[in-house]
Amino acid sequence: MQKQLLTVENLTVEYWTKKGKVRAVDGVSFYLGKAETLGVVGESGSGKSTLGLSLIRLVPPPGRIVKGHVWLEGRDILKLREEEIRSIRGRKISFVFQDPMTSLNPVKKIGEHFVELIQTHEPKVSRKEALERAEQLLKDVGIQPERIDDYPHQLSGGMRQRVMIALAIALNPYVVVADEPTTALDVIVQAKILDLLKVVQSMYDTALIFITHDLSIAIERCDKILVMYAGQMVEHSNVRDMCRNPQHPYTQGLLKSIPNIELTEQKLEAIPGSPPDLLNPPNGCRFWPRCSYAMERCRKAEPQLIETETDHFVRCFLYEGMVE
Amino acid sequence: MNHIEIVRVENLKKYFPVEKSFLERLLTRTRSFVHAVDSITFSVRKGEVFTLAGESGCGKTTTGKLILGLIPPTSGKVFFKDQEITKLDSEKLRLLRRKMQIIFQDPYASFNPRMKIGEAIGHPLEIHGLATGEEKRKKVLAMLERVGLTPPEQFIDLYPHQLSGGQRQRAAMARSLILEPEFIVADEPVSMIDVSLRTTIIDLMLDLKKALQLTYLFITHDLAIAKYISDRIAIMYLGKIVEMGDKREIFSNPMHPYTQALLSAIPVPNPERKRKIMELKGEVPSAIKIPVGCRFHPRCPFAEDICMKEEPELKAVTADHIVACHLAKG
Repeated sequence: MQKQLLTVENLTVEYWTKKGKVRAVDGVSFYLGKAETLGVVGESGSGKSTLGLSLIRLVPPPGRIVKGHVWLEGRDILKLREEEIRSIRGRKISFVFQDPMTSLNPVKKIGEHFVELIQTHEPKVSRKEALERAEQLLKDVGIQPERIDDYPHQLSGGMRQRVMIALAIALNPYVVVADEPTTALDVIVQAKILDLLKVVQSMYDTALIFITHDLSIAIERCDKILVMYAGQMVEHSNVRDMCRNPQHPYTQGLLKSIPNIELTEQKLEAIPGSPPDLLNPPNGCRFWPRCSYAMERCRKAEPQLIETETDHFVRCFLYEGMVE
Repeated sequence: MNHIEIVRVENLKKYFPVEKSFLERLLTRTRSFVHAVDSITFSVRKGEVFTLAGESGCGKTTTGKLILGLIPPTSGKVFFKDQEITKLDSEKLRLLRRKMQIIFQDPYASFNPRMKIGEAIGHPLEIHGLATGEEKRKKVLAMLERVGLTPPEQFIDLYPHQLSGGQRQRAAMARSLILEPEFIVADEPVSMIDVSLRTTIIDLMLDLKKALQLTYLFITHDLAIAKYISDRIAIMYLGKIVEMGDKREIFSNPMHPYTQALLSAIPVPNPERKRKIMELKGEVPSAIKIPVGCRFHPRCPFAEDICMKEEPELKAVTADHIVACHLAKG
């Protein structure tokens, strides 16, 4: 196997709520190479955000990572001590969240955010030097360096998200996790931010994990896609295979339900029913109540992830006969 | 072609005054306004889905509220059939509301969490004195069935939090439809619904339109959905309609540079297709200080001298396609 940058194995996260245990992420495995883009696609409650947060052990209580490994540079992030993980967050793996207003400190100037971040991880760097680096980073993301003295509220939503991206790449991390980075933005600004992420990614050779509910964006912008449903990965492959040959009935349904502006007279098909309550997931396959191919077996046993063609994984009994 | 207009909007304007601090008021005489809706004219034809599309802040939601008489306009007129809504007193407006209803974006915020779904849906019947008791219950059950919340006996006594997002939006439709309206304003009705459920809600809206002979004013920022659901579309920018017409015309032959940029920015679910996104300068300016001339000119890649001086009027390109751009050729 070629050497991968980030390898996630059997990652399992549970929220231990008063009403019971919710398995939000259930045995997710994938790997990510240098400068690759992975799209994690799922609906609300599918566990995609929890998956992102667990990569840097930031799952909020009552959530806990109960199983699995996250390998980065030969070390298992999940086994590190708290001080060690802190040197990874922001430096090796950084985050861009959906709402930049809540991620930026409203009473701190833009420049101060960079100074704090850089000096935390590189205490020897002077304030002046940190500000100089901040100016260059702002230029890289298309913001005039003078805005360094602005407060977050003086910037538009799109500019704030640019600042977040600049902060995310400030320490030249291996991996940037972007959780719905453009969901709060209008479509033109969204396209610009997505272009910017691509540019920055190639400039810094960063791998990107792009978490989104929008399958169109994932298809357009990612190399590989991982589809989550009710906490489980149901399909994972490179984007071309996924579009050419979607295998899981859920993926097939999603692809048929998204409008494509380039098609005329498109007929959209809906997936019946709604996602399960994870406090009380259905027995067997989690998708069977909505699946038109559901067999007797799907209601009883849980399908395992199988590799149907090279690097194309699917969690469905329909394909079991195809592999040894 | 002969079309029956159900709603007509003429030169409609809504300016919101900008609040100033005491000191600012002492120092400056001029009052400033947010030009949310800045003189728009259009009509909605009976039985169609007419879409107002644009980015946040373009005035699409304000237009919806003005049409329903939920807020008073600064100037301009709104007609529902032949009645001028903008002239009606509150009592007459209340009666007219039976015929015009709205569906909001957030189906959770639009229900009282302590009121059972059945009560909430039946409430308008009581308010308008149309039905009570057993008769009301019967109507509510029938409406629940109609919007696909079956078996209705099971849903009528549930509270909003016991419903999923998609089910809540169905309940919201049931409540809007219980008074048998003719015209529905649907403001981003699916933007908070999960992707896999969106199509079912949209298809339900289209089925109900056919079955109950409804007309929709659909408000959305999502042009891919607009393309799927609409008959005609108006593109708004900074309080004005910049392009309007038949859906097929707008999507196959967009004339306004803003429409072209919007369309080019929509993600397409096709990994083989590498689109060229049209570059626009800067961001949407503030609606307080509208640019002189064409309000789009500071961002327009094709702007010429005339665009900075004169505001373009909407002019016809084809029979059912109008555009406000100096450079568009008819």
